Amino acid sequence: MRDVAVIGVGITKWGEIWKQSLRDIYVETALLALEDAGVDRVDSMYVGSMSPGLFVGQEHIGALLSDYLGQKHIPAVRVESACASGGVAVRMGFMEVASGISDAVLVSGIEKMTDVGGDEATYALGSAADQEYEGYHGLTFPGLYALIARAHMEKYGTTREQLAMVAVKNHKNGANNPNAQFPFEVTVEQVINSVKVADPLNILDCSPITDGAAAVVLVPAEKAREMKKPVIKIVGSGFATDSFALAQRKEITWLEATYLAGQRAYGMAGKKPEDLDLLEVHDCFTIAEICVTEALGVVEKGRGGAAVEAGETALEGRIPVNTSGGLKSKGHPVGATGVAQVMEVVKQLRGEAGKRQVKDPRVGMTQNMGGSGASTVCHIFEREA
Amino acid sequence: MSTPSRYWREIPQRYRKEANRCAPCDLIYFPPRLICPECGNRALEKTVLAEKGSLMTYTIIRVPPSQFKDQAPYAVGIVEMDDGVKLTGQVVDCEFDKMHTGMRLQMEFRKMYDVGHSGIICYGYKFVPEY
Repeated sequence: MRDVAVIGVGITKWGEIWKQSLRDIYVETALLALEDAGVDRVDSMYVGSMSPGLFVGQEHIGALLSDYLGQKHIPAVRVESACASGGVAVRMGFMEVASGISDAVLVSGIEKMTDVGGDEATYALGSAADQEYEGYHGLTFPGLYALIARAHMEKYGTTREQLAMVAVKNHKNGANNPNAQFPFEVTVEQVINSVKVADPLNILDCSPITDGAAAVVLVPAEKAREMKKPVIKIVGSGFATDSFALAQRKEITWLEATYLAGQRAYGMAGKKPEDLDLLEVHDCFTIAEICVTEALGVVEKGRGGAAVEAGETALEGRIPVNTSGGLKSKGHPVGATGVAQVMEVVKQLRGEAGKRQVKDPRVGMTQNMGGSGASTVCHIFEREA
Repeated sequence: MSTPSRYWREIPQRYRKEANRCAPCDLIYFPPRLICPECGNRALEKTVLAEKGSLMTYTIIRVPPSQFKDQAPYAVGIVEMDDGVKLTGQVVDCEFDKMHTGMRLQMEFRKMYDVGHSGIICYGYKFVPEY
């Protein structure tokens, strides 16, 4: 297996992008990554996207987007694993370069969510849960995480304020991210008093509906060394699944797929949680970040809420989590999220993160999760000395 | 809109609570499965779910999917049945502020929603306080 490096990254401003179509957002973003990588032709493309079929009525977007990017005839395919689509696309590209099949792979993620109304977007997102035995009973996505939140609060004493502090922290980081959809700060009071969605979660506990894309270029590490930029290698990749329906998990508050994907990534990289300098994790809801930090072993089981309150996961804390602003502030164009996480870690490891830069990080991790946790993909990145 | 067959084929579960059981693992599966995910056993036997259980966790849905608009706000919980099976379902006939984890519930056959003016009416189980 060859060492793989990320040589180019690209992202555009996220939000409600009325003036651009799925293909235009894609091409603009992918060109930034190709430019950053200094390549104009790639061997293949993976596009992480959860549901272009339901959001814009367009399937078969691998061929569509390679055509519009001027990369006609190359292999190009969409990768789907609900909200983990982007992270899984990164894994596909990683495996293709590591195996020697391709020397330059463009991995991107995209979702154009505002071409449908709120009800249709809710329906599309709901299709990541069990339609027959969760959706049939009127359970929504915020509802699924609300079930986890209440169980976590009762089991570990996690407080409503601690949930809110996840949003406060991530918005504080996102305020320094020019590409974020909501680059402003919020307070604990604002979160707790915002519109109720699914008790105990309010609207400011939830990631938003977003249009956006992100792209990265993967090459063999030996090629990356010929460039002038720091070499950021993918040293670990882990992917795992779990019982599909939340009710059928052994423990509602424990994300087993995240634990397993993390263990697999740590194992491949030869790293431990203590080796990480920063993480980008899937905070689709505030409770999710709390459970993820526990499952990845960066905080003790049950202490996720207390760790946020103690500032351990803040930008200047013991282990910064979601320096980009996370899904909460940066936005959550579902399929793009996993790729944007990779981009943030690469920017941090290169020292290009501007006002939200962590001091001299060497190792970073991404965690991207689908549904109520039935899929998780993790990657570990390291800057070569 | 889906054809009625999608609804009709789930009736054994939604109306009659039909499940199946892996005897070696002593585990019940709902909905029924063709293979036991724990041991790989394919010779699962038919059984029927317990009717009573305890509320493990719940939420109040205030932003509902469109087919549930006329019911919101409503409670959805995960209930651990007395046979160990954990089910997702609505908790009804109970004030929200009287609801608590651990409360005893039992299943009742109720209307879930209807599909537009000319579509089918969908039924299934909901949970009510034990009586």
